[in-house]
Amino acid sequence: MSFKQLNSGKLFLASSLVMLFFGLIMGSLASLSYVLPNYLKDTIGFVSLRPMHVSSVLFWIILGASGCIYSGLEYVSEQKPSKTLATIQWALWLVAIVGIFYSYFTKQFGGREYWEFNPIWALPIIGAWVVFLFNFFRCTRVLKKWPVYMWMWMTGMIFFLFTFIENYLWVFPYFRTHFITDMTIQWKVNGSLVGSWNQIIYGTAFFLMDRISGNKKAGFSKLAFGMYFLGLFNLMFNWGHHIYTLPTLPYVRYMGYGVSMTEWIIFARIFYTWRVSVSDVQKHYHYFPFRFLFAADAWVFFNLGQALLMSIPAINIYTHGTHVTVAHAMGTTIGINSMILLAACFEFFSGKCSSFNKANVGLSIAFWGAQVSLFAFWIALNAAGIKKGIWQMASVQIPYGKMMQSLHPYFVVFAIAGFFLLISITILVFVLLRSYVRCELRSVNEINAPLPNSITSSTIKL
Amino acid sequence: MKIKVKLIFALLCVAFVIYSLSIYLVPIRKHLNSAPNATLASKGRLVWQDYNCESCHQLYGLGGYMGPDLTNIYSCKGKGPIYIKALVKSGTGLMPPFHLTEEEETNLLHFLRSTDESGSADPRNFTINALGMIEKK
Repeated sequence: MSFKQLNSGKLFLASSLVMLFFGLIMGSLASLSYVLPNYLKDTIGFVSLRPMHVSSVLFWIILGASGCIYSGLEYVSEQKPSKTLATIQWALWLVAIVGIFYSYFTKQFGGREYWEFNPIWALPIIGAWVVFLFNFFRCTRVLKKWPVYMWMWMTGMIFFLFTFIENYLWVFPYFRTHFITDMTIQWKVNGSLVGSWNQIIYGTAFFLMDRISGNKKAGFSKLAFGMYFLGLFNLMFNWGHHIYTLPTLPYVRYMGYGVSMTEWIIFARIFYTWRVSVSDVQKHYHYFPFRFLFAADAWVFFNLGQALLMSIPAINIYTHGTHVTVAHAMGTTIGINSMILLAACFEFFSGKCSSFNKANVGLSIAFWGAQVSLFAFWIALNAAGIKKGIWQMASVQIPYGKMMQSLHPYFVVFAIAGFFLLISITILVFVLLRSYVRCELRSVNEINAPLPNSITSSTIKL
Repeated sequence: MKIKVKLIFALLCVAFVIYSLSIYLVPIRKHLNSAPNATLASKGRLVWQDYNCESCHQLYGLGGYMGPDLTNIYSCKGKGPIYIKALVKSGTGLMPPFHLTEEEETNLLHFLRSTDESGSADPRNFTINALGMIEKK
């Protein structure tokens, strides 16, 4: 079997699902560190488990986003993506992922939060992204009129590359010797990187809406483009809301305050408008993709409220540096990004040999298990964060260790909910990967398999 | 429509590049001198990264939440450099011991001293103005 015979989009999506599974395992192990303080402390420890969890989940999102773009291009562009380039891109990611996890296991760090690995492993990621961009423009240059999701994909890809390189400005002493400027850039990067992959994933949501509703005009509407530009504006300028307490220039903080989070309102509106337009037949035909997009819609609602409150500095002063921030990060990455990516996986993996329909009770249980456990997880983190926020504003504070002990019950709920989330999403990942192996890999193998002796060229002709 | 989309995209990109440059050039524009011992502090930042301290600790509330914020640990009453050195060597209930070389330890202390001198991360030291923005007291 040759890699070149595989569907590039599905290859990336299947790889991203493996990363999701690994990320869930690492996340569950890391969450136990909060409940059992001495657990794995002297071996792998939280110091390695956290970056393993975070990197795996980021790679799930980034590889999944790449897979969605490749799968989408298969439908919308006459010029198909080059499989050779896609295979080179995939191989570069493989090199990076193996290197990054080896460095985490051996505790060779050197990077920064969310990208803790040695900067050397950023090089294959940059290489992979350059190949990806080249492949994207090679396919799309023939298209005269781009729907909004194509703009969103392109924007996400360009800005991911720009901000990922910007992420390594700290290697130059000029930046590192000015601590506040350095921290400002670090959080400018983190904010814009999230905005970049959100562009790709929300673009995918638009693409799926187009496919499910059959309404091709939605992707060209003024409202859709208005929302896209608002998202881009946020990607560029809203990151100041991460650093209200940092003594950086006032205009950075005011810019962040003014710009931040307006895009969620528009996004929720477009989701709502779209859902109303989908008929029952379409909902039934695209049962699980529709359900996961609907779940993402619900999570947009919860995280919209939270994000809007957190972007107000007077409230942010209470939530900053607490688990409310973690709840928001988890709520958006799992509740929104992952639900959209899972919707995309169910849409792209469904075919003649695997249809994911309403009759599949196991999938429905896993779907609801994921939503309920994520809700409990989100509530526990918010409750822990609120309690910590009250502590950090109190005029008389108990020691940090005691305060953390008082959060123990919330962490127990968080760990248990995380375990159920692991089980639920593992079922979904297993079903999707099984379908990938059955439908994609086997069909490629069957094409390549030598013909049985009984079949001759003449029988084929007949 | 297509031209408008391209134009708005290009204008936003130009604005973004200008905004980014304005941030990169803050030390030059504001004639900010590097803090005393900035080179050692910047090496200390690398030690902070090499041992992934950010996994559990925060600077200005940014980082992991397993351990406390360390922005002002250097000048904190009852803590300071000796306390930091002892804690790094022996660890605590949650934190494993770290075996830093003497040079790494010195550089890390310079880094934590520079973070301390850069400002206060204690949220109690802020007030809220009429626009809802927080300002240092």
